[in-house]
Amino acid sequence: MAAPLCVKVEFGGGAELLFDGVKKHQVALPGQEEPWDIRNLLVWIKKNLLKERPELFIQGDSVRPGILVLINDADWELLGELDYQLQDQDSILFISTLHGG
Amino acid sequence: CQAGEDYAGPARREPPPVPRPSREQKCVKCAEGLPVVVIRAGDAFCRVCFKAFYVHKFRAMLGKNRVIFPGEKVLLSWSGGPSSSSMVWQVLEGLSQDSAKRLRFVPGVIYVDEGAACGQSLEDRQKTVAEVKRILENTGFPWHVVALEEVFSLPPSVLCCTSQESAGTEEAYKAAVDRFLQQQQQQQQRVLGAEAGASPAQGEARLHPSHGREPSGTAGYPTAAQTEALSRLFSSIKTLTAKEELLQTLRTHLIVHIARVHGYCKVMTGETCTRLAIKLMTNLALGRGAFLAWDTGFSDERHGDVVLVRPMRDHTLKEVAFYNHLFRVPSVFTPAIDTKAPEKASIHRLMEAFILRLQTLFPSTVSTVYRTSEKLVKAPREGCAAGPSGPSCLLCMCALDIDTADSATAFGAQSSSHLSQMPSAEAGMPTQPCCAAGEGQAQSCHREVGKRGDARACITEQLCYSCRVNMKDLPSLDPLPPYVLAEAQLRSQRGSVSEEIQEYLITDEEEDS
Repeated sequence: MAAPLCVKVEFGGGAELLFDGVKKHQVALPGQEEPWDIRNLLVWIKKNLLKERPELFIQGDSVRPGILVLINDADWELLGELDYQLQDQDSILFISTLHGG
Repeated sequence: CQAGEDYAGPARREPPPVPRPSREQKCVKCAEGLPVVVIRAGDAFCRVCFKAFYVHKFRAMLGKNRVIFPGEKVLLSWSGGPSSSSMVWQVLEGLSQDSAKRLRFVPGVIYVDEGAACGQSLEDRQKTVAEVKRILENTGFPWHVVALEEVFSLPPSVLCCTSQESAGTEEAYKAAVDRFLQQQQQQQQRVLGAEAGASPAQGEARLHPSHGREPSGTAGYPTAAQTEALSRLFSSIKTLTAKEELLQTLRTHLIVHIARVHGYCKVMTGETCTRLAIKLMTNLALGRGAFLAWDTGFSDERHGDVVLVRPMRDHTLKEVAFYNHLFRVPSVFTPAIDTKAPEKASIHRLMEAFILRLQTLFPSTVSTVYRTSEKLVKAPREGCAAGPSGPSCLLCMCALDIDTADSATAFGAQSSSHLSQMPSAEAGMPTQPCCAAGEGQAQSCHREVGKRGDARACITEQLCYSCRVNMKDLPSLDPLPPYVLAEAQLRSQRGSVSEEIQEYLITDEEEDS
């Protein structure tokens, strides 16, 4: 049983347009059976934050190619990508490098 | 990665630990620092080494190509986006370094406000421009903020390639460096000769000799009529692909014009290798295969006296995004013409998705495609005299390096069908009004073409294959900016005149015999 978490989720490079133009979100994740990782954070974001055109942000169970993920200012590739287990007060940043955001 | 090990229970820390200690890997460069970014094939760099690597790449690209001469005026083309922002930042840092390492050219920045083509409201545009100006003020460079609407007052001469030979050779570069060093020495002696108190200010002035904030484009906003005309033009285009291409074309013409007016010999654009790989594949699909070397190479001499340079072409978009984030490079986000467009909305969009998806599965995709662009040679087809003097496409300005007689190609088929429809223009038409370049005059001049026959054929005839295909998506060519229409008419008149006098000309062969 994973305890509830507070994390900071940020969007940049135009990705924020899919979230009503809001860049910074303080997110309270409820406690759940499985531990919170990026994979189920994305599911949560899709359900709770994403305002339009989910296919422009999420494809399959990951982010759309061209969107970078930074966990506490470091490349998520160093931290296990989708399998990274979230810690309380983590900050997750999504930067779109796609043309036009 | 076991990030949780050290933190039994919710370890409340603020600010959150950056970077996390549980990363087992060390930086591949210094073997000490905590890695923050993975580039290329799994190489993890720490913050410090990443910065050194990034800066070195930029300077190496300029050093290797030796295209920018010391003391030369260079216009940085800044869209507000990540890559060009990073480029401006690199130049800014490069100029503040100690004298041995300092970049030796004189930069200015141009920002083109494309809001009208992208359907932005006037308030949004003004807000963006205000932010743009704030950032530009902070750079201390001379800057030019121009609205895309200004294409409606460009002179037709923009489309003429003013050739400039000799520049670009190794000797010319060395000579320029020597001259620059001499000048610098003389200046230093003069400064030393003068009393000490004045020197810092002088150094500053030397750095930016043309610091005049010319209100060229900054003054006044475009008229409502021009904005209306531009949005009418773009909304009339049927496909997003053609919109993107026309936008790029008009923007380039405007930037080259501003560069000429203010005496910049080089224009730097921020295209990264990721973008260039996408552009290469896109342009192939658009039928621009013959021009890939110009469209994606380090330097692009198609405009003659103003050379476009791409110093960021060794950086990937990921590197740019990380650098900008880690070192707080200011940028401005503006919605583009394809913002929120679905993946299959245009060839550009589709190719971007294709390359980036391939890249996630095969991490060397971008570099492989990009390396190909490096190998392309800018030589005209054998036996074809297409150089700066030969005919060039009215819109993209690439040399029309084609055999029009060969109707076996798609282009040949297009050309012959258009040529047969083309009514021959009367000789002795006054060319004067077109050269005068006034908006009204150009328009009336265009109407005359319309009277005489098919204006569309007259323009189409002067386009390369790809631009012809794009123009098919415009129901009417009338909304095009007057300079395009005027130059088209001028060229077709010139063509028909030279055709008529052809039989009276003595060719070299005749002379010999």
